[in-house]
Amino acid sequence: MSALPNTADELADGLSAAGYIPGGEVALVSYLAVRLGKPMLVEGPAGVGKTELAKALASYLGRELVRLQRYEGLDEAKALYEWNYRKQLLRIQAEADGASWNEVQDDIFGKEFLLPRPLLSAISASSPVVLLIDEIDKTDQEFEAMLLEILSDFQITIPELGRIEASSQPVVVLTSNNSRELTEALKRRCLYLWLDYPTPEHELAIVRLHTPELADIVARKLVEVIGMVRELDLKKPPSIAESIDWARALMLLGARNIDEVTFAQTMSVIVKHRTDLEIVAARVGVALATVPQAQ
Amino acid sequence: MNAPAPAAGIDARLLELGEELRAEGLAIGTSELLDAFAALAEVGWTEREAFAAALAATLAKSPEDRRVFDLVFERFFFRAVEAAALREGVREHDSERAGTGPRPHDDTQLDLGELRAQIAQALANFDEARMRDLARLAIAALARPDRSRSAVVGVDVQRIRRALGLRSDPQPELDGDDPRRGGLPRDALRRFEELLRAELERAQIERTATLGPARALSELDRALPSGPAADLAAVHRVVAQLRRRLATRGSETRGRHRHDRIDVRRTMRASLQTGGVPVVIKTRPRRPRRPELYVLCDVSTSVTSASVFFLSVLHALHNSFRQMRSFVFIERVSEVTDVFARERAFAAVSETIARDAGVADVSGYTDYGRVWSEFRALVEDDLDPRATVIVLGDARANGRDPRADQFAALAIRARRTLWLNPEPRLYWNYGDSVMAAYAPFCEVFECWTTRQLEDFVNSLAAGAGS
Repeated sequence: MSALPNTADELADGLSAAGYIPGGEVALVSYLAVRLGKPMLVEGPAGVGKTELAKALASYLGRELVRLQRYEGLDEAKALYEWNYRKQLLRIQAEADGASWNEVQDDIFGKEFLLPRPLLSAISASSPVVLLIDEIDKTDQEFEAMLLEILSDFQITIPELGRIEASSQPVVVLTSNNSRELTEALKRRCLYLWLDYPTPEHELAIVRLHTPELADIVARKLVEVIGMVRELDLKKPPSIAESIDWARALMLLGARNIDEVTFAQTMSVIVKHRTDLEIVAARVGVALATVPQAQ
Repeated sequence: MNAPAPAAGIDARLLELGEELRAEGLAIGTSELLDAFAALAEVGWTEREAFAAALAATLAKSPEDRRVFDLVFERFFFRAVEAAALREGVREHDSERAGTGPRPHDDTQLDLGELRAQIAQALANFDEARMRDLARLAIAALARPDRSRSAVVGVDVQRIRRALGLRSDPQPELDGDDPRRGGLPRDALRRFEELLRAELERAQIERTATLGPARALSELDRALPSGPAADLAAVHRVVAQLRRRLATRGSETRGRHRHDRIDVRRTMRASLQTGGVPVVIKTRPRRPRRPELYVLCDVSTSVTSASVFFLSVLHALHNSFRQMRSFVFIERVSEVTDVFARERAFAAVSETIARDAGVADVSGYTDYGRVWSEFRALVEDDLDPRATVIVLGDARANGRDPRADQFAALAIRARRTLWLNPEPRLYWNYGDSVMAAYAPFCEVFECWTTRQLEDFVNSLAAGAGS
């Protein structure tokens, strides 16, 4: 286990080394989260690298990443713990005769029969982990309420067993696409980080990192076009992951420049809806055609 | 790591800042403030950005809050510095007053054209430090300190901006290499105005040697720069809430209906497992009633500005409700339910409605009397006593008979009748507005922002049980 970072800049360097270029306040807030042991709530539009941030943090800190993907209908049994029902049954049958009820009862609700799910395994891990609770806004408020105990005290109460306290303190990252207003109680326990689409320079750095072979001119143009596309009123604006995909596609095609034709051929990489495609083709395609190539 | 221990004064300062943030509507509890102190112990204080970011991460928990935080932070420390300067009697050298600030060139005369070009360039590049310097220069050149500087800082800011010809829209009459030609970036312009304002306020404080009361943030300050897509998303979010409220409201059961009713058949069936002894009692499931919704939306010229908002409300309602019929009206009513059923994209919907809803007729003025009678004719047979009717309109009858009797007959048939008026309450019943004629028969809400739409939804819930 590597030591905690001593300054925000150190963390920023570490994240860069892990393949994540932190922009704006990312490094600082992550640094605070790590130092203060507070959960970090990361909000922002889809595809700005919220999940990636958690992965990079885990890789930089040299910790295991425990991930809980949230979806509607996910209940405690799948998130926290479950009793291993079959094993309990076997246990009862194995000594069906002789053993008194009390003995068996005490026995079958032991740790041995507990199936840890992500949250429990995160806090009971022997070495600290990075716990990623993805898309927290997809869940109902009941689940949020249940999280409060874990987030503020790092403990879980199991009625039959009592309280299980964290043996190591995890770094908790919660992500949200802001599709629902989270409860005040949850927000109060977290550090808040708003991740937005990156600035052109930042995005250029990210694209360069992932596709170093791409020609400089193309990379610049790509970032510029992505910026134009995001300005439009689209159902799903292109994310960072999609700009990287596009950069890879252009690299494979050996594109020397992004002109109208190349754009028309490859824009399905960044735009995924039929109606969006029409809008983008109409606006950006025309813009590319009319602007004389500066180079 | 070795951050300095909090100095004695800073705690009090931070609490004051927290107090100001609360006054602007941020929910800041003691735990947030404790977090803020803990966070400050971890960062260096010499960098303004890190200091602000550490505070923001602990105090501002949404993009809207963050915007307010940034503004309050700026205001707070600006005022703190000015207050300290006043106490200590620090004054800047009166370079500004003489009209010769730090100069871009060596010539003594400040060239306005040159200044314009430089400011435009700095804005185009979003060069913050340069903008700050140039803001002072611009004030020195244009604010005319002694004669006509107005007491209102905002007026001066706009006057200077106009004099410099800084606009966000393209100005094709300018030279090809002028950065203003293609329009300046909006956020840079906004920032430059903030800098101008700060400098002007500083000068004013120096001149009068008093620190006026803090200016509260206006709605405009708070508004995040957002596009129509963001507004649409906000409307959709509110309408999703509305759906839940309408679905549950009025269906609270009373008397014996409050108890579950036993489903004898299923109970008997279940008892077979236990040898005919009904151990498990099965009850009839309660089914919440589906709300039936009729929405009437005014699309006449008097509500042009609001009709995009209304149509987006309508659009969002359609995404949420199955049993819903929607109508648009000007002089006559036209049903547009199938338009919404056919088209999912908002742009397409509004275009289709504008093209062939067939309501514009001759004058383009609303005729409420006719609308009510036509609407009744259309839905009379279907209008269920459990249905909810929502009218989106400004109740401007253009001098025609409001026919409140017709409306009353309609309202009696429906379970609830709600009216959302896009005009501020102040304007109701002035001119040709006949809101008062309809008000006795329905619940009227002022509604022209998403926040008011949210209030409307909340009041629906609060009124439950009546």
